[in-house]
Amino acid sequence: MARKISRRTMMAGTAAGVAAAAFRFPTPAIAQAAPFKLGLLTVKTGPLAQGGIQMEQGVVTYLKEKGNKFGDRKVEFISADTGGNPAGTKTKVQELVERDKVDTILGPLAAFELLAITDYVAQHKTPMLSLAGAEDMTQRKPNPYFLRPSATSSQAMHPMADFAAKELKLKKVVTISEDFAFGYEQMGGFQQVFEDNGGRIVNKLWPPLVTPDYTPYIAQISDCDGVCQGFAGSNPLRFMKQYAAAGLKYPVVTGETGGDDALMTAFGDEALGMYSCCPYTLDLDTDSNKRFVAAMQKEYKTDPGFYAAGLYVAAAVVDAGLQKAGGKADDKEAFVKTLRSVDLKDTPRGPIKFDHLGNVIGDFFVRRVEKVNGKLVNKTVKTYHNVSQFWTYDEKKYLANPVYSRNYPPLKS
Amino acid sequence: MNARIISLVIAFLLLATVPLWAPGVYYVNVASQVLIYAVFALGLNILAGYGGLVSLGHAGLFGISCYATGYLLQAGFGHSFAIIGALVTGVAATAVFAVLSLRSTGIGFIMITLALGQILWGLAYRWISLTGGDNGINVKGRPEPFGYSLADVNHFYFATLVVFLIAIAMVAIFARSPLGAALMGTRDQPRRMNALGYHVLAIRFWACLFSGLLTACAGILFVYYTQFISPQTLSLTSSAEVLLMVISGGAGTLLGPVVGAALVVIVKTVVSGFIERWNFLLGAIFVAIVILMPEGLVPGSARLWRLATRRRAQKPAAAPEAKP
Amino acid sequence: MSFYLVLTVNSITFGGLLFLLSAGFSLIFGLMRIPNLTHGSLFMIGAYVGASLVVGLVGAKLNFWLAALLATAVVAFVGALVERLLLRRLPGNEMAQVLVTLGLSFMAADFCLMVWGGDPLSVPTPAGLGGFVRLGVMVFPLYRLAIIAIAVAIAVALWLLLDRTRIGAMIRAGVDDPDMARVVGIRVSQLFTLVFALGAGLAGFAGIIGGPILSVYPGLDQDMLPLALVVVILGGSGSLLGSFVGSLIVGFIYNFGQALLPELAYFVLFLPMLLVLLMRPQGLFGRHVP
Repeated sequence: MARKISRRTMMAGTAAGVAAAAFRFPTPAIAQAAPFKLGLLTVKTGPLAQGGIQMEQGVVTYLKEKGNKFGDRKVEFISADTGGNPAGTKTKVQELVERDKVDTILGPLAAFELLAITDYVAQHKTPMLSLAGAEDMTQRKPNPYFLRPSATSSQAMHPMADFAAKELKLKKVVTISEDFAFGYEQMGGFQQVFEDNGGRIVNKLWPPLVTPDYTPYIAQISDCDGVCQGFAGSNPLRFMKQYAAAGLKYPVVTGETGGDDALMTAFGDEALGMYSCCPYTLDLDTDSNKRFVAAMQKEYKTDPGFYAAGLYVAAAVVDAGLQKAGGKADDKEAFVKTLRSVDLKDTPRGPIKFDHLGNVIGDFFVRRVEKVNGKLVNKTVKTYHNVSQFWTYDEKKYLANPVYSRNYPPLKS
Repeated sequence: MNARIISLVIAFLLLATVPLWAPGVYYVNVASQVLIYAVFALGLNILAGYGGLVSLGHAGLFGISCYATGYLLQAGFGHSFAIIGALVTGVAATAVFAVLSLRSTGIGFIMITLALGQILWGLAYRWISLTGGDNGINVKGRPEPFGYSLADVNHFYFATLVVFLIAIAMVAIFARSPLGAALMGTRDQPRRMNALGYHVLAIRFWACLFSGLLTACAGILFVYYTQFISPQTLSLTSSAEVLLMVISGGAGTLLGPVVGAALVVIVKTVVSGFIERWNFLLGAIFVAIVILMPEGLVPGSARLWRLATRRRAQKPAAAPEAKP
Repeated sequence: MSFYLVLTVNSITFGGLLFLLSAGFSLIFGLMRIPNLTHGSLFMIGAYVGASLVVGLVGAKLNFWLAALLATAVVAFVGALVERLLLRRLPGNEMAQVLVTLGLSFMAADFCLMVWGGDPLSVPTPAGLGGFVRLGVMVFPLYRLAIIAIAVAIAVALWLLLDRTRIGAMIRAGVDDPDMARVVGIRVSQLFTLVFALGAGLAGFAGIIGGPILSVYPGLDQDMLPLALVVVILGGSGSLLGSFVGSLIVGFIYNFGQALLPELAYFVLFLPMLLVLLMRPQGLFGRHVP
């Protein structure tokens, strides 16, 4: 299978790079002459590997495109497999920072991994760019060394709720998402904006993380005119199948992971008509996206999704930041400020910049799943520009509220 | 006999001087991790190895002391109080564990401990007000006994080493003590022990508490090392991992769990940096151990060493007793 | 009212799937006293192989049932290899059995990741079974009802095998008294290989049959193994009836527990399992106290 070969090559290249990095003697960084060390914390074993493998593909694609150089400076890329658990993440970030002396870290994948290392990263003043949605990292407990070029967990759900209320004219929605922080934050964000636009959440369902059969929950979906789901990983696949098998036909809206482009080949017809809102969309018509998608399809024979695009963009941000800093990244505090001042006009996700807490302000795309030439694709139906993590709310008022949780916002009785 | 003492002394010297010869701060941290898991494995070995009671829920007990430490620190208590509180909580939880699970043996015991471990894992996720749910609890800072700050990597390593040495000494004394012998008796011949007048259940109960004490120590060290605790630490995978450390190293031996812990930790942390498919490699190592040394690495190596040093071609001595 | 009916029907269908999943484990544990912790991986391999054949990843697309049979054969073969090469050397050595089966599950999980990548695979519902049965306002997917039929068929087949054939008699003899069985000339070790292969094959079969409902993804093995364990504990191992009834019970607990007690969703399976174990360590239908 061609797919296998290209991944093997990539793995071999990565392994070679890692081996080379591991046997290096630590040299004092002599400004531009020494390569810029870029570390990646990702998950390549276990259930989270799906997103993790794509994350690495995204970074490698960017580096390949730029000939392994950010501006004039060569880039040394070191990838670390955290195993998807916090202790492993802690170990690997120590490896990257203490042994490999990286200049910037991309990743990690999951919110709980990020929370495990946030203090460490701040202590060691290492700039970090991650896709993990844990809201308080850029809200109530901000880390000055952190940037998020993708979205907070709720950032994609705010426009989705707006769309659901105004365009789909939904009035009563049941939310269903996994019983953990990413689920709470997504659904909380949806609920807040949906109810502010005249809608009402009639029920909130929280299946545990490991739920092979969602039917007991799907059976509770009734008395509504729409469903909002926030599943991640491979769960959206199972959910949509079981949802359709239960004969339910309410329109389904979801966020960045529930309708990920990378899952489109796996979805069946049960996903037709599902709306999702994501900071990335495959059919975005910009030069950089066309290049990115072509490169991914050529190298990995796969359509990129949220994870690959997110890391590609993150690498682009580091590149731009490094060039803006004149190739110098030794003054970590200054480098982080430069990174946060990066303002890119052409990325695979459109124009992006960062707010003062390190979170992205950019475009969010609402797509609908349609069948084109016998294949399922996400077709962009609306683009929201300049979306920040606070939506249209005043920042202070937003932060005065508690973080979204299982019971916040509460269900209106 | 002399060879044994010499090798023990060499091992001790090597361990005591890790910060001097390790190729970097990162590797001192790896050494700390090895020792922490070694204490954990030593704790499980009391039950599984010496007692013949395989537990698949020990990560739950481990996690309880982690959470107790984190919770108490977060509530504003000092390190000493948090550590003592965590030890007490851990041992108390072990007592409950023991009362519930010691009603069965064999597969029943495995299943009850599995169920208990899973229930604790579920609690860690759902009792958000206590545990923070999957966001976990961040632990800030490390203790500074008498001004010796454990925030320094080398200092923390030495503290861990001290705990490890105490733990292994305790286990060594236990194994040679009447209680230890009685425990191994209940493992090998429970009915006969009963007939001889030993209170099998009580022996197992005390062994369980001892196991819980060591596990709690390991948990406290762990949470101070990673400075974070979340429900993943209590998962079935974690319980399986520490069990694998005990079995692969040699259940029922003193050094087996230590070697097993070193194997797993080094593959997970160091080897995973060089070999992408390290999970596969780890599994393959376990399978190889079963093929070549089903009794575990430590007893197996001892056996192969004896075979190798035998000059005359005679049939190998009877397999070593008392170590299943 | 219809809500409860939907839940009831789903409990039975989920129970059917659980029976397929756990029958193999129960058989192996009941006969050979081996806690086969590779069981979840065998389930996953069967699902991956079957899915690949159905979706056409290797050559042409195959008919679902044909693919299921092939996947079963592949996994049964793998099981036979594992038993002959590895487990045979470890009779009674519980620790080593745990070590080797867990080690194999690590290898299997990583192997599947290497071959099929991290993305999930959807398994299309077999032709003709994609529809619904409507009963008033309630809708039941046809495929799930078909699973009940399949589970019953397999249960009957297994019962016939164990109760009505010579091989079945030999197996039962081997369970009750392996040494005596050897004395009367029964080739117990070959029987063991056969039983392990059968158990493994059942797991693989369950994997692909469950595919249209569960899909196939990395981590499927870890999600399904605890379920198999719970069924075997509640129903008692080595007893076919126990497996069947245990599966139904777990199906009901799973559905009604999660729907009616959402706060306890994480404990809905392990709490009852714990209670049963405390009161009756051999499970509801188990014959010997473990």
